[in-house]
Amino acid sequence: MTTPIIEIRRLHKWYAGVHALKDVSLSIEPAQVVGLVGDNGAGKSTLIKILSGVHRPDGGEVLIEGRPVQMRTPKDAMRLGIETIYQSNSMVPTMSIARNLFLGREPLHFGVAGVGILDQTRMRRESVQAIADVDLHLRSPEALVGELSGGQRQGVAIARAMHFKSKVLVLDEPTNHLSVKETNKVIGFIRGLKAQGVTGIFISHNIHHVFQCCSRIVAMARGEIVFDKPVEATHIDEVHDVL
Amino acid sequence: MRNLFRIYLEKPELAGIALLAILIAVFEFRSGGVFLGADNVRGILGLLPEVGLVSIGVTILMICGEFDLSVGSVFALTPMLAAVLMEGDMPFLPAVLIGLALAAFIGFLNGVITLRFGIPSFITTLGMLFMARSLTVVISGGFPPVLPDDLPNWLFTQYIGPGGLIRASFVWFAGIALLASAMLSLTNFGNWLKSTGGFLEAASSMGIPVNRVKIVCFMLSSMLAGFAGLIEVLRLGSPLPSIGDGLELQAVASAVIGGTSLAGGVGTVLGAIVGALLIRVIDNGLVLTQVDANWFKFAVGALTIFAVVANAWLRRTARRIRIETRA
Repeated sequence: MTTPIIEIRRLHKWYAGVHALKDVSLSIEPAQVVGLVGDNGAGKSTLIKILSGVHRPDGGEVLIEGRPVQMRTPKDAMRLGIETIYQSNSMVPTMSIARNLFLGREPLHFGVAGVGILDQTRMRRESVQAIADVDLHLRSPEALVGELSGGQRQGVAIARAMHFKSKVLVLDEPTNHLSVKETNKVIGFIRGLKAQGVTGIFISHNIHHVFQCCSRIVAMARGEIVFDKPVEATHIDEVHDVL
Repeated sequence: MRNLFRIYLEKPELAGIALLAILIAVFEFRSGGVFLGADNVRGILGLLPEVGLVSIGVTILMICGEFDLSVGSVFALTPMLAAVLMEGDMPFLPAVLIGLALAAFIGFLNGVITLRFGIPSFITTLGMLFMARSLTVVISGGFPPVLPDDLPNWLFTQYIGPGGLIRASFVWFAGIALLASAMLSLTNFGNWLKSTGGFLEAASSMGIPVNRVKIVCFMLSSMLAGFAGLIEVLRLGSPLPSIGDGLELQAVASAVIGGTSLAGGVGTVLGAIVGALLIRVIDNGLVLTQVDANWFKFAVGALTIFAVVANAWLRRTARRIRIETRA
């Protein structure tokens, strides 16, 4: 068996007396796309926030490619190859696609202490490439993100994660507030992950969406994992029953 | 019409520039050619650097999503401290540097208090407005100190250029404006700054140190105000404790007239300058065309409201157009 790309062992998290994660363990193999489902308050978001470096666990450990890691900030998680796309999407509408794509990781001509002059030619060139790589067709990297539709924005977010060679892509309800057509587009992007060797964790309320693009379904309830099966071995009704 | 949104976001100062051109033409015509005469232009450009520098600082801070109402008081406090130190026989350069360090510290406090306690910067800096003004009067002891005679005034106030059209302070102003503009559009820090004001959650989820970015902007705004105050005191020849009173509101007015969004994320240095210049032109033009000068504040107030209403309208219209084209 291959080393899991990401493994969590006996994770605990309390919020002001609420036991949000109770001894949760989960291991995910490379290039697997896992659908994480569950009701509000089931612990999905807590788990994701720990994986993306926003929160720290009160107990247990996270291993990436077999090595235990400490993630204190979202930046730490990104450095380790975990990129998270939130439902509110991590794009600034008043800025261009190219500037959003490289936000926080800008290529510089030269810089002192991390601050310096942007290499805008490279930003433009590489964002055209990154967008084309996820099969997204946009006129120009100079277009403002505020001009894009919700689905296109998620596409750019996924392109960004791909461009920075993320090993694990966490998608936190990326289809919320999207039309059916746009949702299908995003599900298409997620299907494409496996082919590119990227591991995905897709969080959704909508079990149908999860079944359309994941290879494994994990369900959480009351801070515990209550269901974990490959998609071929289960059926939507079975997942519905445990929730 | 379709690209209105883009134009508004990329060139928010365009409307201000158009208005500036119209006003200049009107004043030039009504004053019978005096308005654009060398003497009058010299007067307008001589005063512009002071309010212009404050406006640039306030604009940068507004782009990253915060306000600074304490700039008018820092404008008085910084030169007052420097003057008190010089009266105690400290040389010019260290006295000025200590004054600017105090300005930076006030900006730092504004930022830390705002962010640490999660309160609106509007309130933090309103409190600082009173505190810094009070400090100014306290350290002056009620009597403004007398400035030494051997100050390097030539560095700031001397008339230079063809026909002595500009003061040396204008060169400082232009240099700082260029640097600030380059910082916003050419550096990664400018990217972080705009993202912090444009969509805070997105910026912090991408690992941008949003609090540090904001504190730097608070310090910049405060230091620019202090530096502008120094220039004014050198021009006047005396550190009056009352200078800069109401300047914070003129600076906010300049910023919004120049197209800076109150919500953050949108704005330019050029816009701040256009806004500041518009206010100076109105001030000067009203006098030259023999309108009662007491209408000045009325005009600035009306223009500010008009600018914000126009910007809001532009944004709404642009959004409606986008939805139509998509459907």
